[in-house]
Amino acid sequence: MTTGPDPSSLPPQATQVNRREFVLSVLSVAAASGAVGAGQAQAQSMDAALEVHTGGVPLCVVVNGQQQSLTVDPRTSALDLLRERLGLSGAKKGCDHGQCGACTIHVDGRRVVSCLTPALQLEGRRVDTIEGLQRPDGSLHPMQQAFIDHDALQCGYCTPGQIMAAIACVREGNAGSPERIKEYMSGNLCRCGAYNGIVAAIGQAAGDMGKA
Amino acid sequence: MREFTLIRARSPEQAVQAMTTYPEARLMAGGTTLYDLMKLGVERPSAIVDINAIEQLRAFDTSGARELVFGSLARMSDVAADPRLVKDYPALSESLWRAASQQLRNMASLGGNVLQRTRCAYFRGGEPFACNKRQPGSGCAALDGIDRGHALLGTSPSCIATYPGDFAVALVAFDAVLDVLGPNGVRSIPVEALHRLPGDRPDLETTLAPGEIITRIRVPVTPLGRASTYHKIRDRESYAFALSSAAVALTMNGKRVAQARIALGGVATKPWRARLAEQGLAGRELTIETALAAGFAAFADARAGHHNAFRIELGARTVADALMIAAQRT
Repeated sequence: MTTGPDPSSLPPQATQVNRREFVLSVLSVAAASGAVGAGQAQAQSMDAALEVHTGGVPLCVVVNGQQQSLTVDPRTSALDLLRERLGLSGAKKGCDHGQCGACTIHVDGRRVVSCLTPALQLEGRRVDTIEGLQRPDGSLHPMQQAFIDHDALQCGYCTPGQIMAAIACVREGNAGSPERIKEYMSGNLCRCGAYNGIVAAIGQAAGDMGKA
Repeated sequence: MREFTLIRARSPEQAVQAMTTYPEARLMAGGTTLYDLMKLGVERPSAIVDINAIEQLRAFDTSGARELVFGSLARMSDVAADPRLVKDYPALSESLWRAASQQLRNMASLGGNVLQRTRCAYFRGGEPFACNKRQPGSGCAALDGIDRGHALLGTSPSCIATYPGDFAVALVAFDAVLDVLGPNGVRSIPVEALHRLPGDRPDLETTLAPGEIITRIRVPVTPLGRASTYHKIRDRESYAFALSSAAVALTMNGKRVAQARIALGGVATKPWRARLAEQGLAGRELTIETALAAGFAAFADARAGHHNAFRIELGARTVADALMIAAQRT
């Protein structure tokens, strides 16, 4: 009656990042459970004035290891900030509505679509883009090399997003099988249809990244 | 996109204060729905209250003896990967990881996901399409339009927009409750009572009062969790909204169903609990036949439009398959 992969084989795994956040989460639940809605919290936080911005918003963000301080129109997306303000055109604008994955970047090590990330949400965060992957000696990241080895692209427009998503996919522990790679890479569309090469490349790089 | 004033809230109380001071403001968590609709011009808020700095609402704790507690700003990907959920409440975990993509799940909050807006193309498309949800009183272009993905249950002559979320459907199956903070303090409401039927005011989507913010989602600990699943049928196997989905949870007495929970997604105007179908299963042996009968019972009140009638049988079979999957987990 049911088809497709065994559902029990695909649930997400807690990654190292998740475990750390989980511990923080539990600690703050303990702190918050008495606080949410309690009068004491109310009194405490009402003291602080609201932070209100009309017009430009100051933004401090680390992009590919470089500290950036600028003022942004609050309507700006992270994608437009990278492409139009910082000259980093690696992340691509495909759909601009979170449906294609071509704009995938890492924020604090987690993959997100930069088109639906308001730039103002990057305050104090660390952003990594395709431009920051190459090692100082000029050698390619294992995922970049794997995409070349497996011919995992045709036109190349989706490739920066694919590679950024793929690196996160491996780090999350979601690259253990072709089925799992397909499920956890489904947010990145490739209209040339290079999917078989992409899955093979991620499988190769998953091993190489482990050795590195 | 219209210019807006940005307010950063650092506590739930500050968020309520900001929403009271700026009544036209919208809360922004992950932004995956709101920012998208702002780009489309469907949402044109004059002020945004950014609540991402409220660290205490990111917490979640699934170790409790009585209930699982999720801060409303916990991210979908983190909660989906929680080992206790994966093991003891697979329907909750599956409803999260079968939604959207990992990128979006890293961004989207639980509270925002529950409040996700419809994907009706006439709502999102803006002018020249009439939409009573977007522009009250303007009409509904979907009624005589491409309604393949539109709702079969809970519709009205004013609106047939499908509630697109998954997690809220699983929450409804487990009798989950929301804690809400507002200008008048704290209250709790069942997730099932959060979304309104469209009736003649489809623009009023929830029962939240002005200035209220969801702070926590609480799920009662239940033996129904283990034998549960969120079964989701889509046009493609991943990264798509449901054509039909079912959150199902079971306890069994041998081959007979002791208790069943069935909630439907992708087919109704709100997360849809199918109580008559549940009652019809209690005490009966679970077979393909009784499972399918429960599926069709869940759709007894379904009303099809022009292009969506196929999803009645699809939905019934989704329920039946979900019941058989859940039964294997008892």
